[in-house]
Amino acid sequence: MSTSRAGEDLAALRELIGRHKRRDVMFGIVGLACMMVGVVTLIVLFIDLLIDGAPRFSWDFFTSFPSRRAGEAGILSAWVGTLLVMAVTMVAAVPLGVAAGIYLEEYAPKNWVTDLIEINVTNLAGVPSIVYGLLALGLFVYALGFGQSVLSAGLTLALLILPVIIVATRESIRAIPGSIREAAHAVGATKWQVTYDHILPYSVGGIMTGVIIGLARAIGETAPIITIGALTFIAFLPAAPVQAEFPFVSGEWLFAPFTVLPIQMFNWVSRPDTAFHANAAATGIVIIVATLAMNALAIRIRYRIRQRIKW
Amino acid sequence: MANAHGAGAIATGGAALAAPTRFAHRRSRHIKERVIEALLFLSAFSAVATTVAIVAVLLYESAAFFEHVSIVEFLTGTEWTPLFENAKYGILPLVAGTLVTAGVGLAVAVPLGLVTAIYLSEFAPHRVRETVKPFLELLEGVPTVVYGYFALLFVTPLLQRLLPGLPGFNMLSAGIVIGVMIIPYVSSVSEDAMRAVPMSLREGSYAMGATRFQTAVRVVLPAAVSGVVAAFILGISRAVGETMVVAIAAGQQPNFTLDPTESAATITAYIVQVALGDLPHASIGYQSIFAAGLVLVAMTLAFNIIGHYLRRRFREVY
Repeated sequence: MSTSRAGEDLAALRELIGRHKRRDVMFGIVGLACMMVGVVTLIVLFIDLLIDGAPRFSWDFFTSFPSRRAGEAGILSAWVGTLLVMAVTMVAAVPLGVAAGIYLEEYAPKNWVTDLIEINVTNLAGVPSIVYGLLALGLFVYALGFGQSVLSAGLTLALLILPVIIVATRESIRAIPGSIREAAHAVGATKWQVTYDHILPYSVGGIMTGVIIGLARAIGETAPIITIGALTFIAFLPAAPVQAEFPFVSGEWLFAPFTVLPIQMFNWVSRPDTAFHANAAATGIVIIVATLAMNALAIRIRYRIRQRIKW
Repeated sequence: MANAHGAGAIATGGAALAAPTRFAHRRSRHIKERVIEALLFLSAFSAVATTVAIVAVLLYESAAFFEHVSIVEFLTGTEWTPLFENAKYGILPLVAGTLVTAGVGLAVAVPLGLVTAIYLSEFAPHRVRETVKPFLELLEGVPTVVYGYFALLFVTPLLQRLLPGLPGFNMLSAGIVIGVMIIPYVSSVSEDAMRAVPMSLREGSYAMGATRFQTAVRVVLPAAVSGVVAAFILGISRAVGETMVVAIAAGQQPNFTLDPTESAATITAYIVQVALGDLPHASIGYQSIFAAGLVLVAMTLAFNIIGHYLRRRFREVY
């Protein structure tokens, strides 16, 4: 009697265990499927762009201005504009972001001002990018009178990627062991000498990774640049920064109207004429390839630093 | 050894100089240190300055806007027709559009992101995790204007086959694409929270005979809930502030509706629409985008405060 009860219990228990194990396997499959949704989307998106945009790829596409006729339109003014804006962004954001990171990591005392700065860096990373556009429209374009120019756009994107660079700088400085600082201080170096001769050189790889990731983000940013009023149809190039006559360099390009790749793409995709959609897709491929290449470069630099430096 | 020798030589050289020069040198070095520290501080303080500038610009231009439009009408009006002859400024249609697209996005991103996080943290073999995570990071790196293209010209036609009669511009397809876009945010922050749960909790659960699934759902997830909530809030903020996808795929006509299959403008889409036009500086239409921006910032801020509160409420300390 009691043995058969035990047998029934055992069978029930086995079934229970089996059910739970099946649930485990099922969740493994569901989890894998959910994870693949993102990956598959990425692949489908890329293939979709390739199918739509590939026919437009030619040398002419890169060397022509936008045009009323879809078949003749190109992205010359857009990629030149993107390069110029990125140059301004880099010149503005890198010194500022690295200096801010150094201050917060090496100099900042523990007080409420430091807390305030840290809270602001965290919060700025969460501000929607279009709000930076509104800031730039009010501040750079009108209050400071820079107009709807390359300079305004570059500074806007610089503010946008500042938190990325600050965080990357801080992380790579934090990885440097304290003994390096102590050794440098012990032989009489001042705080700035320690920072400039030791901390900065050792953290340069990490900082570069952050800068590249920040710039990759800036290349694709559209909303803030539209907000400051970038034109969508530009059939000329800004004045070259290097001139044939004295004084050989010119800052005129900083104040020139401009367009950038994502805005050109937005313009083409929002046209009702579907012939332009192929142009939009081809531009999308150019942007994606640029950002992916930059991200890959950043990952590679990070990997090499990890391999080379062993404290 | 060579270094020590060199340092010695410098020290002797220093002693040979006249004392005043040496002090002057030390003072100038001291001043240089101070100046550099001040410059570094100013750079760091630029973060605070940026926040102040954002708030100042939004408030300044909005104040000019609210001289013409009453705040009550702005916050309770259900018609947004700033470009008409008889302009009406009721922000509710734009807020509704924003919340509907963000809601659709969350309905996609929260379940997918959460299951992905549980899978990556508790189930996935090491190799799968290492292969797939970079792909998810790339998903974050795709520019939003490309997602807009994808929503309008790939997802919408696909949805039109399932739901005949779906308009070419609709919030559903924009919301779905936003959802896929923010999966990596939700999943990576949730995964970090789950991996931070101490191993001893899992071991305790396994020792009691629980399966992986039971451990993940009944032990790890509750323990990591504050981080998971933070991930959702991060996702909401992103979805509410997303601009290009909605500007391209959801349409730009304000429409007071909660039906995602309709076309409607969001706050961000309205700002883009005005910026593309030729509204003169200091006109009321120009000022209206700052008022709209103020509402957007207030919404993201509100979500962040709710998130902060929830995190504190559910925090588990080990």
